Amino acid sequence: MNLLAVFHGGSARQWKRRLLVFGCLLALAGGWHPAAAADYGYIDLTNPYLRKIPIAIPEFKTVSPEPAVTELALQGGRLTAETLAFTGYFSIVDPGAFLVDPKTMGVTGADIDFKAWSSIGSELLITGLASLDDGVVDLELRLFDTVKQERLIGKRYTARRSDLRRLIRRFCSEVLMRLTGNPGPFDSQIAFVSGRAGQKEIFTCDFDGYNPKAFTRHGSISLAPSWSSDGQWISYTSYQRKRPDLYIRHRLENRGTVVAEDGINLNGQWVPGRFELAVTLSFNGDQEIYLLSGNGKIIRRLTHQPDIDVSPTFSPDGKKMAFVSKRAGSPQIYLMDMASGRSERLTFEGSYNTQPSWSPKGGRIAYTAMEKNRIDIRVIDLETRNVVQLTHDSGDNESPSWSPDGSLIAFSSTREGPSRIYVMTSFGTDQRRLLSLPGEQSQPDWSPNGIQ
Amino acid sequence: MRSKLWVGMALLVMAAGLLMFSGCAKQAVKSDAGVSQAGQDAAALEAEKARRAAEIEAARLAAERDAKRLAEEAQLRAARNKFMNEHIYFEFDSAVLTPSAVAVLKEKAAWLKDQPTVNVLIEGHCDERGTNEYNLALGERRAQSAKAFLVNMGIASARLTTVSYGEERPLDPGHNEAAWAKNRRAQFVIE
Repeated sequence: MNLLAVFHGGSARQWKRRLLVFGCLLALAGGWHPAAAADYGYIDLTNPYLRKIPIAIPEFKTVSPEPAVTELALQGGRLTAETLAFTGYFSIVDPGAFLVDPKTMGVTGADIDFKAWSSIGSELLITGLASLDDGVVDLELRLFDTVKQERLIGKRYTARRSDLRRLIRRFCSEVLMRLTGNPGPFDSQIAFVSGRAGQKEIFTCDFDGYNPKAFTRHGSISLAPSWSSDGQWISYTSYQRKRPDLYIRHRLENRGTVVAEDGINLNGQWVPGRFELAVTLSFNGDQEIYLLSGNGKIIRRLTHQPDIDVSPTFSPDGKKMAFVSKRAGSPQIYLMDMASGRSERLTFEGSYNTQPSWSPKGGRIAYTAMEKNRIDIRVIDLETRNVVQLTHDSGDNESPSWSPDGSLIAFSSTREGPSRIYVMTSFGTDQRRLLSLPGEQSQPDWSPNGIQ
Repeated sequence: MRSKLWVGMALLVMAAGLLMFSGCAKQAVKSDAGVSQAGQDAAALEAEKARRAAEIEAARLAAERDAKRLAEEAQLRAARNKFMNEHIYFEFDSAVLTPSAVAVLKEKAAWLKDQPTVNVLIEGHCDERGTNEYNLALGERRAQSAKAFLVNMGIASARLTTVSYGEERPLDPGHNEAAWAKNRRAQFVIE
């Protein structure tokens, strides 16, 4: 009888071999310093989803046995597991496999029997100790490497009980920072369109789909939302005045600008690090991309070719812009050098490539490709120009938008019938639905980090 | 004696004259009234007949005019409805006017020429495939295509405005080519 085989679907020998290899690799890495944040030996970022790291998160311990505190401890453990699982890097070890009773185990390094964890294949372990006093939560959280038998993170947090989710997310950012060098997407939000034909509004929700809220209440059709690079503004196009106008609105305060030129005022994307955005206007008779200030003033015109130019997106350093143009006869994606204004064509496969989204890590652009009436998401590597298709045989998949750390992609999918917002890793794995509201959801746009 | 004779004769003459006169007069009066009475009766009858005939004729003419007016109004309404309900359609990802679209647009131009006070909003629409932003731009190009054609046919540009709804307002919610073909359209709304 071998627990390893039961819980990880592989033979005990396979698992022992994996642990051995892993241990050897670590040894070969030549000494390892827990304090050095630059060591990311846990997750191979060139293909981090090839092997998920098993992590155990036993329910948190409590200082007192009161029901409110026990409830807090349970919720805290659950939230931590959910939040980390969202990234796709981890597999959460089934509590049924634990050899140790979470209620009696120790939480600090000195009190933990690491072998009891590593022997069931759990390479990482998180422990928590919770107390609650007059509506204030006190939470100690620790992350351990059970194989090396070392503590990686030890933190203590205090917050209002109602802020537990925020607190857990902050800890998970620490975990991700420690293991990957990136804080993860945990304090970001997603803006999207929700509604039925003829009545669509802009909504926002937390990165994991929690807490959806209406952002607009125009009672007409609003579409194509996008966040400013400091996350404080949301721009979108709305038919509230019976024509497609561009709205730039502060995300909390009720103030902003409307751009209502003749023709279409179609929202695009903001320039990283600047209070500027690129949009499509057609008041000159043709649909062209213009650079606007965040106050809605035209700075300059960016495209000068006949036929449709839409959907701009910027490289993380703002020096290049990808966009869609029909100048060659069918919608394709082009790259423009902002300094020289020169453009080159990027996509050559298929006759319909739109909605480019530039990864915040640079190097890759996700986009929507339509072929034989099927719409799917592809990613092109900017150096090799290799194209990978991330969705297959799952309805129509559109509007890719990267998480701020470049590890995940939000998109819309009709695989269940009505259009819904989905999330997948940047390699196309772990595709799952983010949320479901009445009507249909589409056109997600992922905010920068730092939005609470 | 002679004087009595003369008086008597004078009286006689006078009486005769009187008689004659009154008799003539009476007779004359009697025969005029008779004539006019009879004449009047006949003439009045004629006049009555004529009047009634004229009435009927007038009523008939009025009814004819009404019917003509109603028919004209119905025709105008039909032409107006046709203008609003007959859309033009496009090929996938195209804003080019097909021959049947051109034929419909020519009829619309003719109607617009007859209705110089009418202004029109031309709506451009797309099917659900393809992406929302791109379709907003494509819808506008479809509306612009139609407008340019009408302007070339002599309709004043100031009478025509355009708006694009992209894929946001489909006529047919279906997910098949039949539905998509109906949605790739330009629509004409009288303002």
